[in-house]
Amino acid sequence: MNLLEVDQLQVNFKTPDGFVTAVNNLNFTLAQGETLGIVGESGSGKSQTAFALMGLLAKNGVIEGQARFEGQNILSLSDQQMNRIRSKEIAMIFQDPMTSLNPYMKVGKQLMEVLMLHKGMSKAEAFEASVQMLDAVKMPEARKRMHMYPHEFSGGMRQRVMIAMALLCQPKLLIADEPTTALDVTVQAQILTLLNELKKDFNTAIVMITHDLGVVAGLCDKVLVMYAGQTMEYGSTEDVFYQPTHPYTRGLLQAIPRLDSEGDILTTIPGNPPNLLNLPSGCPFHSRCEFAEERCVKEAPTLEEYQVGKLRACHKSADWGVAS
Amino acid sequence: MFTFISKRILEAIPTLLVLITISFFLMHAAPGSPFSSERALPAEVLANINAKYHLDEPVINQYFYYLGGLLQGDLGPSFRYKDFTINELIAQSFPVSAEIGIWSFLVALILGVGCGIIAALRQNSWVDYSVMAFANLGIVLPNFVLAPLCILFFSIYNHWLPPGGWNGGAWPYLIMPVIAMSTSYIAQIARITRGSMIETMHSNFIRTAHAKGLPKHRIIFQHALRPTMLPVISYLGPAFVGIVTGSVIVDVYFGTGGIGQHFINGALNRDYSMVMGVTILVGTLTILFNAVVDILYAVIDPKIRY
Repeated sequence: MNLLEVDQLQVNFKTPDGFVTAVNNLNFTLAQGETLGIVGESGSGKSQTAFALMGLLAKNGVIEGQARFEGQNILSLSDQQMNRIRSKEIAMIFQDPMTSLNPYMKVGKQLMEVLMLHKGMSKAEAFEASVQMLDAVKMPEARKRMHMYPHEFSGGMRQRVMIAMALLCQPKLLIADEPTTALDVTVQAQILTLLNELKKDFNTAIVMITHDLGVVAGLCDKVLVMYAGQTMEYGSTEDVFYQPTHPYTRGLLQAIPRLDSEGDILTTIPGNPPNLLNLPSGCPFHSRCEFAEERCVKEAPTLEEYQVGKLRACHKSADWGVAS
Repeated sequence: MFTFISKRILEAIPTLLVLITISFFLMHAAPGSPFSSERALPAEVLANINAKYHLDEPVINQYFYYLGGLLQGDLGPSFRYKDFTINELIAQSFPVSAEIGIWSFLVALILGVGCGIIAALRQNSWVDYSVMAFANLGIVLPNFVLAPLCILFFSIYNHWLPPGGWNGGAWPYLIMPVIAMSTSYIAQIARITRGSMIETMHSNFIRTAHAKGLPKHRIIFQHALRPTMLPVISYLGPAFVGIVTGSVIVDVYFGTGGIGQHFINGALNRDYSMVMGVTILVGTLTILFNAVVDILYAVIDPKIRY
């Protein structure tokens, strides 16, 4: 059985200007210990997917569809029921480690309260277990740092604290929302290495939300490419990277600067993502797609499984990508 | 922390000196004198009195006489209340205002913060709207309207409370002054708390706390309360000084005999030493409580260390 099955997930926001569909008909599955990368530009709905799974949507958010975690639809749980799952079974790491820790509370206390709440540990037990977890995320002088405040940590160190906090109860699923975006490049690499090791040590399934394809290549088994709240392409990382069949995925891959072609002008996808309040007709990507045909403007492509485990939403035939 | 406190005390001295100097010369620049009245005194008597209080000498000399007295803790004789020194008058009236003030402060703090938090947590609900409607009412309703309304309701219609007097601060005499004094402060504190709480609840670390599966009350009291209180505390410092130094309205309507009346009467009567006395009192308290606010800030916010 899959650990997580997301089925027709839809996230709408009620705004003064009307309903905005941030996530539209999203489907994916995740087995124990597997890592899924969700890739997309800003505003493509990837973070809202994470918040929806954690039950952390803004008050004006409305969820449809199901997300079955170990067979139980967690989207229909009450806040109290969800509190027993959050951090204990499903934990989350946020994008901005600088503001995601409480600046008014010692780091140790912020770690310990998770264990005292979910595991019923005493203060002393929770302290020791937190120190161990800080050691596990390679925090130097972990014991001393328990008594420090977040502002005394660097960005990378804070993200280590966040990761340690998320792993305290050894959750089965970790949702990481752009965990490296706010960090320096060298620190990014350290954090990714760390996540890779921890994933193996704890056998945690990870939903890795990112706009960095390098992160996906280094960490993920599967990848889901999102655009304007919809799935463009979904498959194993290898397939999607080596045989991208969707023009958007190809555009993203071409936009990565390469070491072996120094001096070239960086390829970009022209234009901007569409306004979610006022989506264009047909395929949401058609206005930026260099291969768009008349059909793409009129008719939205459906997400189809063109090979086992490989899905795409495009009117062009699947072998188009391979041929060209 | 110790260095910080001693530094603040040392800084207070020049600040107070500037305050005293400016008030002293401003006051003496105002036309009239304590002894000019409609019924003119005989010239000889006036000259005698002026000589006694050094009013016949240049203002600069009077200033140094005053400073000399001040150094010995003497605020001088009252120009108005014969046979009373300012020290005696303040010692009589300040405790009354301070008692009304401390109760009003506690009431304002508890009700204000409580209402503000409830309103913030029920943002845009009827609870929120009623708290905010009350807060706006409390701010726009002046206490010279509120005080007679209280007397009308509690004393005249219902005979529940004595309409005025002090009686050594017995609680029936305290209630109406405290209501009149605290209402606008409750309202202000509720507004500040609500705004601050709403802002805090939207911050990223509160989202983290939710993601940790913490129950709502833990999130509010352990994670959100401290940062919520920061702007409230910066308001509380000056507010506390304003509350404990009393209000002329309360003193006049309820006949409590607090220090509030001396602000107005001192100025109207050109009671120089009284005006200086209350100015120094308010100045000292202001400096003191701003320092207390700074210390509280350091207690709450670990990023602030002195």
